[in-house]
Amino acid sequence: MSIFVDESTKVIYQGLTGSQGRFYGLLNREYGTQVVAGTNPKKAGTDVDGIPVHATVGEAVEATGATASCIFIPAPGVRSAVMEAAEGGVTFIVAITEGVPAQDEAWFFNKLKRDFPDVQLLGPNCPGIISPGKANIGITAGHIAKAPVEGEKTVGIVSRSGTLTYQALYELKLNDIGVSTCVGIGGDPVPGTSFIDCLERFEADPETDAVMMIGEIGGSAEEEAAEFIASKMSKPVVSYIAGVTAPPGKKMGHAGAIVSGGKGTAQAKMDALRAAGAEVGLNPTEAGRLMVEVVKGL
Amino acid sequence: MDLYEYQGKQFFARYGIPVSPGEAVTTVDDAVAAAERIGYPVVVKAQVQVGGRGKAGGIKLADSADEVRTHAGNILGMDIKGHTVETLWIELASDIAEEYYASFTLDRSAKKHLGMLSAQGGVEIEAVAEENPDAIAKIWVDPVDGLTEQQARAWVEAAQLDPAATDGAVDILLKLYTAYVEGDADLVEINPLILKPTGEVHALDAKVTLDGNSLFRHEDYEVYEETQVRDEREQAAHDKGLQYVGLDGFVGIIANGAGLAMSTVDIVSQVGGEPANFLDIGGGASAEVMAGALEVINNDAAVRSIFINIFGGITKGEEVANGIVTALGRVQIDVPIVIRLDGTNADLGREILEPHLSDKLQMQPTMVDAAETVVALAGK
Repeated sequence: MSIFVDESTKVIYQGLTGSQGRFYGLLNREYGTQVVAGTNPKKAGTDVDGIPVHATVGEAVEATGATASCIFIPAPGVRSAVMEAAEGGVTFIVAITEGVPAQDEAWFFNKLKRDFPDVQLLGPNCPGIISPGKANIGITAGHIAKAPVEGEKTVGIVSRSGTLTYQALYELKLNDIGVSTCVGIGGDPVPGTSFIDCLERFEADPETDAVMMIGEIGGSAEEEAAEFIASKMSKPVVSYIAGVTAPPGKKMGHAGAIVSGGKGTAQAKMDALRAAGAEVGLNPTEAGRLMVEVVKGL
Repeated sequence: MDLYEYQGKQFFARYGIPVSPGEAVTTVDDAVAAAERIGYPVVVKAQVQVGGRGKAGGIKLADSADEVRTHAGNILGMDIKGHTVETLWIELASDIAEEYYASFTLDRSAKKHLGMLSAQGGVEIEAVAEENPDAIAKIWVDPVDGLTEQQARAWVEAAQLDPAATDGAVDILLKLYTAYVEGDADLVEINPLILKPTGEVHALDAKVTLDGNSLFRHEDYEVYEETQVRDEREQAAHDKGLQYVGLDGFVGIIANGAGLAMSTVDIVSQVGGEPANFLDIGGGASAEVMAGALEVINNDAAVRSIFINIFGGITKGEEVANGIVTALGRVQIDVPIVIRLDGTNADLGREILEPHLSDKLQMQPTMVDAAETVVALAGK
């Protein structure tokens, strides 16, 4: 099993006709993802390397039965692209685009929650999601992840950072540990999918035996995740938090990675996670090593 | 993007929030001329993006041209907590009956907008929150619904402002919310929000942070870009479109991805070094971007060694390595460099780098090894 997506997930690429959409859409298809359609109102009826392009998500859903979409639309169009996907009938939306205004994110997060409670949004500003060996939706290099092997212990990953996610996938692969699903929730202030959304599903997923959680400074999502781990999780969690030495008041690359008013420090997050029973590595390599030990002990 | 008080007030004025008439000036003569136009008494206010201006002597009342001349002369060029005063805001002085506090920001945990209102204004809200949290009335606004007048009125009542301030405060809070949403702000804060003896409510200060991601729909925000407080290094990086944060140490850092860059800064500190910067070059790691990053770091006189930490994902190791080699051919670097290259086709990338290695260009297999090496090299 995996969470959110697997080999049967049919995906529509909003922005497939753009350079990024085409590049990653075709890479994802090559990986094995069911890339069933693209959308572009001006190019309906054409195709991208054999993938049909429809005018809207609604029409693409009708034609293909897709349940997911992946957004490679530039930031100004993301708000309407997210709503078009939800109104078009998909239930899982992956928004890769970075640079989306926080006001838009706050608006469509609440709009979806109210009018489309069954829709799960991942991102924006995220690398996407990969269930190794099954489906890869987004910009992760699929070959750096080891697919789960039956009978072997399997890890789920959830992360706010792109490259650190790849790092984690890679370290696990070097140690011959398979991954059920790796979810990049992104580094923006209002992520559509939270750590808890993923932890909850990993806890319920029979294939996942342990979880690697990669956080960073800013906000309180890690502290909230720690509470969830303490009260609701039986599976072991290994964590790493980036930004221990980040100066206050500075955005560290990600829009959401900022310590403000003394809140959102890495130390507070690590303390909360340790108190919740999670193991915390001081750098990505140490977190990888801790995970290897945890898996051996299972 | 942080705005100066005068920019914040101009921003507020666009949404109809009452502010005092005033002018921004950069010379003593202009300060006097502005005061003459505005009429006395005026307040001469240092424009710096740091709290505690008043205590530092950066805010003075002036009753005459001579007083304006004296105060403006003293305040211009003044250093307030490391910020040099280059601009003054001259505004008509206000009579104050009461001082309140009002703000909107995003509550990331609730994923709703958070409004805070307090009858205890004019002091740092963090101090109020600590000593007397009940003195802050909070309201969570669903972005889909927005703020209604009825909610605003109940909120003002909960904050127990002087009843004379109710109508004026409700009006300002509704406008402040509009400014926050339509203006794409991360933060709008009025401290103090004042009640005048004559019954009007009015913004006496303005603290505004705008969302840099919203520039595509606010072309006029370009002017704020130009007045952002950046050190020389940050400005150079910004001009090259690089994500850079200046730090105080001596190990220059280049990494791909915000998380990995943060992680690199951390690990250099963990092994006893002091990072000179955070620099995220993004996913591609092309020769062009790498050369730009090296130029920025090279211009930082404090840098004694450089750590290039790249994890290849979609961008393959050999492309990264070729980018580094080309960049090093373009930029003359005098301090030693340590490279850690991992991920997709890391082996091929390392092979490409191998013939270029020397005492001044080293390669290490892991982040920890590379961090230890780069810190050791900085010490020499």
